[in-house]
Amino acid sequence: MGNVRLLLQWFLGLAMVVIILGAFLWARPAASFVGQSSRIVFFHVPQAWVAFLAFLVAAIHSGLYLKHRRIENDEAAAGAARLGIVFCVLATVTGSIFAKVMWNSYWNWDPRETSIVLLLLVYGAYLGLRGAIEEPERKATLSAAYALAAFVTVPFLMFAVPRLYSSLHPDTVINARGKVEMSTDIRVVFFSSTAAFTALFFWLFSLDRKVSRIVREASLRHEQELAA
Amino acid sequence: MSAVSPVSRPGLFTSSLAVLQKDLRSEWRTRIAVSALLLFAFAVLILVGYAVGPANISKEDRPVVHSVLLWIVIFFSAMTGLSRVFVHEEESGTAAALRLSAPSAAVYLGKLLANLALLTLVLVFVVPLFLALMSFSVACWPLFLLILLLGSVGLAAASTFTAAIVSKAAAKGAMFPVLAIPLLLPPLVAAVAGTRIAATESEISAGLDILQLLLAYDGVVTTATFLLFDAVFRE
Repeated sequence: MGNVRLLLQWFLGLAMVVIILGAFLWARPAASFVGQSSRIVFFHVPQAWVAFLAFLVAAIHSGLYLKHRRIENDEAAAGAARLGIVFCVLATVTGSIFAKVMWNSYWNWDPRETSIVLLLLVYGAYLGLRGAIEEPERKATLSAAYALAAFVTVPFLMFAVPRLYSSLHPDTVINARGKVEMSTDIRVVFFSSTAAFTALFFWLFSLDRKVSRIVREASLRHEQELAA
Repeated sequence: MSAVSPVSRPGLFTSSLAVLQKDLRSEWRTRIAVSALLLFAFAVLILVGYAVGPANISKEDRPVVHSVLLWIVIFFSAMTGLSRVFVHEEESGTAAALRLSAPSAAVYLGKLLANLALLTLVLVFVVPLFLALMSFSVACWPLFLLILLLGSVGLAAASTFTAAIVSKAAAKGAMFPVLAIPLLLPPLVAAVAGTRIAATESEISAGLDILQLLLAYDGVVTTATFLLFDAVFRE
């Protein structure tokens, strides 16, 4: 088992190197973009995708916690949120740099910029709430309930508002015409990068869960030693 | 056993109304939430009216600026008073008694109605004053009133749920807006856009998309928070 993990980690590291080389050397810049700016799609979009995926994982574990009341699910939700906020910041910053190159302004409240800021606010509020409650079970229940409530409101800004207002943002991968419009080289690099970022997230996530388990077991042992 | 007469439990509707009645009565005795909300709203209205007023901005900018300011006044007034429904129960130690005497569904509906009543009072006070102070003219009254109604239902539902959470956390006063803003950003953005349309377009059909969005939000958030409330309240 350990060998397979190690092999997968090496494979992921190698894949990331190949993807970075492919993104800058092999894929040609897309025609309708300023200069080389279209290359950011290989990093920005997977980061934004992982930011949402992490929130989905946090919401699923929050729901599982409320159902089974297992503290592991709470730790998993918190871990996913901690990773999610990192990817969310990365997606915001890379998007902002792209906006400067493409539209000559770091920030112009495009609907998609607004929605990523909302996700950032949700992550911040969720982690802030966790910081404001001492007792572990109460922290787990209240933050799980909040994560689920936020989970149903986020889609309103994510999907509804960008459709109400016109957006400068390039079409999302699944666009209104329902098909992927990319040349083959861009498509290959883009989808492998998305897969690699997803794998990176789950690897970091499994490390986080391992750390949480060790911390929990250590504090339990500490309590037992104090009691003895 | 048979000597004990069966206690008939009141239905959900009856017990919700009982919770609402209790809240309104205790609010009437102190009037703390009402006076906090109204004084805050009044202070902000004066500030906004004095600094921005009707004359300081050009005619074409007015619908945008005024609709944003109106919702800022409503939103921040709500943030000063709507957390009291649960924070007060925890602070005065009556939350346990409430848990024993009513099912959590009834508590949630009762508190939601109490907050809606409070918010309606704020709207009745703020909106006419705002219209007068800013000489804000509404082109489509049905749309304007529907946006206010749907916006405040969403505001009340999300705030009531958030209030239940913060009443059990540390730094309640600071946490309430922090937790409420992410939940309330979508309806506020929509309500501001809808109010601007109501100020410029005379046909209600111009704001149909916004009304649909607000209605969907209200339905989804009220249902989700209603279902999640039990876990929060019994914690």
